[in-house]
Amino acid sequence: MTKVLPREDDGDGKCFEDLEIPPDLDLGRQKDMYLKMCLIREFDTKVKELWLDNKIYGLAHSYVGAEAIAVGACAALHPDDYITSTHRGHGHTIAKGADINKMMAELFGKYEGYNRGKGGSMHIADVEHGMLGATGIVGSGMPIALGSALSANVLGNGKITICFHGDGGTNQGVWHETINMAAAWNLPVVFVIENNQMAIGTELSCVSKETDLFRRALGYGIPGVLVDGFNVFEVYLAVKEAVERARAGQGPTLIEARFLRLLGHFVADDQWYRDLTKVEPYWDYDPVKRMREYFILNKLLKEKEIVEIEAKAKASVERSVVYASTECSEPGIDTLYEDIYAHGEVIV
Amino acid sequence: MSIKTVREALNDGMREEMRRDPTVILMGCDVAVRGNPFGVTKGLLQEFGPKRVIDTPISEPGFTGAGVGAAATGLRPIVEILYSDWITLAMDQIVNMAAKMRYMFGGKVNVPLVVRAPFGSGGGNAAQHSQSFENWFNHVPGLKVVAPISPYDCKGMLLTAIRDDNPVIFFEHKRAYQIKGEVPDEEYTVPFGKAAIRKEGSDVTIVSYSMMSIKALQAAEELEKEQGIKCEVIDLRSLLPLDYETVMGSLAKTNRIVVCQEANLRGGMAADIVAEIIDRGFDLLDAPPVRVAALNVPMPYNMALENEVIPSVQKIKAAVLKALGDR
Ligand SMILES: Cc1ncc(C[n+]2csc(CCOP(=O)(O)OP(=O)(O)O)c2C)c(N)n1
Repeated sequence: MTKVLPREDDGDGKCFEDLEIPPDLDLGRQKDMYLKMCLIREFDTKVKELWLDNKIYGLAHSYVGAEAIAVGACAALHPDDYITSTHRGHGHTIAKGADINKMMAELFGKYEGYNRGKGGSMHIADVEHGMLGATGIVGSGMPIALGSALSANVLGNGKITICFHGDGGTNQGVWHETINMAAAWNLPVVFVIENNQMAIGTELSCVSKETDLFRRALGYGIPGVLVDGFNVFEVYLAVKEAVERARAGQGPTLIEARFLRLLGHFVADDQWYRDLTKVEPYWDYDPVKRMREYFILNKLLKEKEIVEIEAKAKASVERSVVYASTECSEPGIDTLYEDIYAHGEVIV
Repeated sequence: MSIKTVREALNDGMREEMRRDPTVILMGCDVAVRGNPFGVTKGLLQEFGPKRVIDTPISEPGFTGAGVGAAATGLRPIVEILYSDWITLAMDQIVNMAAKMRYMFGGKVNVPLVVRAPFGSGGGNAAQHSQSFENWFNHVPGLKVVAPISPYDCKGMLLTAIRDDNPVIFFEHKRAYQIKGEVPDEEYTVPFGKAAIRKEGSDVTIVSYSMMSIKALQAAEELEKEQGIKCEVIDLRSLLPLDYETVMGSLAKTNRIVVCQEANLRGGMAADIVAEIIDRGFDLLDAPPVRVAALNVPMPYNMALENEVIPSVQKIKAAVLKALGDR
């Protein structure tokens, strides 16, 4: 494993700085971010359980360990801004403000789900909140982000797009095309690489000589920034600056949020191909745990208050399972031809 | 009415729609400054500016996908693929994104995207600039596919395509831009899913579209003059949806049918149309349906070889005689 950490190891194994009090986030917003991180953690922990229990099916990818990125980035957006996603979209959807009942209903394949039971985990979308959909084809969300940024530019509506993608996605051709066009036309988009250094079982260093992905920005004439992907405030501050640039018409920024995939590629991946003893130390940087410690260390919240937030997240997720499994309906066979075309048109 | 070329009719269509609707944009290689290699988009940059008429880099997947994203967020983009052969590069964004987003997101987005793609063969353009891939898109639920040929239909269907809330693949025949015809001066549209009967007849139905409808008409006229055979020529115009009512209505009258496509035979539109005809009305047939198509070879450069490959008027005539064989 090369260059796992954003900074040189100072010898004590603790390479990450402790979270610092961010200048412009009041405690209320910090608590809200923590709640979202806990929701993602609880949601995807539950998803794994449900999947192994055959309650949900298909491919489901966990966002556990990456919570700081979606939550930190989306905290820098307005509610009507856009995000595009990947195959690992639960975290993005929750961070953008989705209703987890509708998410869970979708994973259960129910008609009440966000996608009417036609999308599942890999296509989860909450368009009303600007979440333009998860996609099962690595890299394919890149030009979608270019398009929403283009429409913001033409319509003059001031909306920003954050384009989340993995390190694996950076080697698709559309990655280059998208960033090149966004840069050439100064479009309001922020590219956030979730560099967990793995693409299923392929380490980034095996398929890319330059593993400092943020350096690629140089080739496009845009700023490239490296942040600690386990640190919610660092992600937030970098994205906030990029969003401000974009809103001011100064074009895109490439942000590499570097961390390490802590769990398997998808929920049932046993990772036989990976030396898990090398992953183990990185659980110290678990973003949820770190934010919790930050509240205590800085005497911002009492243990009891933190537990309340965590309990709230847990209860919401439990509730979503009850909702999805007992209060929702199966989509009827008659819905098969629904929504292939707009306005109820059916072409058989 | 005015007499216009297909080129002018398409240009007028885009211009009028862009005037009417500020959310219509146009993007592709060389569409702005140069007005596209066929001159179809000339002058649009001057009128609508670089924000709406965009010269893209040579990045078909990227700019087609940008069209999809823009369509999902409030624009009506027209994306041009210079030669439809290269639509292969954009296949993922068209097939897996544009066509699927609405369905897999539970009906929460519209994708009002038009992909304009000049197709068709002739002129020694060889294997990478001559192909017709309409059948590939016919296979994909969520898309609409049209291939008009007259100036009237080209403009009227382009307007329909732009206003449609679904992704539309709009095939223009690259050797038809000079074709002239009457075009109304006032606004009009031509609906999808309605075929046009170009010539009435009672002996054999010829189903065709795009350049093949012009060849079919010529074949029908020659057969009538030379042998008194009366063919009914149908120009489908729209392939998905396809007007089977008109096709079956004509077959009920003639009981014999020839289906033409310019693409190579194997796995083509004609095969699909024939299969559907058999499903819908096998008993109407007095003879096996006959297909006319290009040979199953890549398009060769050499003119004589090329002529051998592209389906000709002569081949349509032979097909009609074959359909009448047992009479
Ligand atoms: C075009 C395409 N190729 C391959 C795959 C199979 N696949 C799914 S996820 C994945 C790895 C993606 O890695 P990355 O972009 O780094 O995201 P991560 O899973 O690490 O979050 C691959 C290869 C796919 N879904 N799409």
